[in-house]
Amino acid sequence: MAAFAVQGVSHQPDWLSAEHSTGTSIMAVEFDGGVVIGADSRTTTGAYIANRVTDKLTPITNQIFCCRSGSAADTQAIADIVKYYLDIHQTELDQKARVKTAASVFREFCYNYRDSLVAGIIVAGWDKYEGGQVYSVPLSGMCVRQPFAIGGSGSTYIYGYCDSQFKYGMSRDECMSFVKHSLALAMSRDGSSGGLIRLAVIEESGVERVVIPGNELPRFFED
Amino acid sequence: MSMSQCWCVGLVGSYGSLARFRSISRLLRVNDETVIAASGDYADFQFVKELIEQKVLDDELLVDSHSYSPSSVFSWLTRVLYYRRTRMNPLWNTYLVAGVHEGESFLGQVDLLGVAYESPTLATGYGAYMAQPLLRDAYEKNPAMSGDEAKTLLESCLRVLFYRDARSLNKFEIATVTPDGVTIDQPRAVETSWDIGKMVKGYD
Repeated sequence: MAAFAVQGVSHQPDWLSAEHSTGTSIMAVEFDGGVVIGADSRTTTGAYIANRVTDKLTPITNQIFCCRSGSAADTQAIADIVKYYLDIHQTELDQKARVKTAASVFREFCYNYRDSLVAGIIVAGWDKYEGGQVYSVPLSGMCVRQPFAIGGSGSTYIYGYCDSQFKYGMSRDECMSFVKHSLALAMSRDGSSGGLIRLAVIEESGVERVVIPGNELPRFFED
Repeated sequence: MSMSQCWCVGLVGSYGSLARFRSISRLLRVNDETVIAASGDYADFQFVKELIEQKVLDDELLVDSHSYSPSSVFSWLTRVLYYRRTRMNPLWNTYLVAGVHEGESFLGQVDLLGVAYESPTLATGYGAYMAQPLLRDAYEKNPAMSGDEAKTLLESCLRVLFYRDARSLNKFEIATVTPDGVTIDQPRAVETSWDIGKMVKGYD
């Protein structure tokens, strides 16, 4: 097997034992009439890029999405279960689910099983009661609504940028630009984020998905 | 044996997963015949760089029209690295030494343990797993490839490495050593394709 000895101890390459992680940079922003969500497309096992075109924006209902960060396995499992719950909920209610409800179900799982999970999730969507909404459900399993949310390992590099660029009352296009530029900056510094940017705009009329290829990302100071 | 060497190095210095320094050079032109490249600890590379540069200077002062050959530099480096290893205080690098001396080309690799060997094709890090098979295959099919063919081969390897190594950037330098001397090209990027991304939706 691929291995070599350092000081008598056998050393294996990182990708033989590391878990699949969506290292990640994710983001969601509210605007009047909907939300813009975005994510990078890199899944890593250690420093190996297992998938360079991952889709981390996962539909939960027709008008509610989640952005997944942390363990790929955990977040996929949780998303599948939450989707199942909300599907039944919508059938019983005979009405589209609220974003708050979806976030609440995510929270139930992420909080009660928090010792066994590594999942940082952003829930975002549109409903007729409160319009566009963004809820953060981080590792601890808390749930909080925010005008915009950032998550994943890459987000640490853009807290300052996002705080300085965000304004209340941004338009749909301004939000898309904000998400695109923030994620590009995060991806250029974080080794666990990269690839292409996937964006989605969720409004009353539905969902529009956009892909920005890796060679067309916005570029900034590059040393 | 090919008459010249062609090889490339990425330009990133990482602090764990942070791409902290995005345009540092990991190549050192020793003299008109030899180039070395380093991976691993950048501070240790800078230490070795200063040692070599001083040695080259002292050698030039002798004014005897002799300079260190690639294999001499390689031999010296191997001894230094092994010495530090036995003192349990290694220089945490893997070096590639390449050059052309009296018409013969040289290519060797030596690491933090002092393990040293020569080969027509070499690659460190993730390159050892992903680029080396590509390099060996191309070399076996065409051992007398030209400098341009070698560059194209390296670029295709670099593309794969940029796609799959989470600690890489699309930025690199290529150095070429021929009987006429050393050239280190300007930092460049490879063309990448993300078309498959449009075909992917969800994870099922």
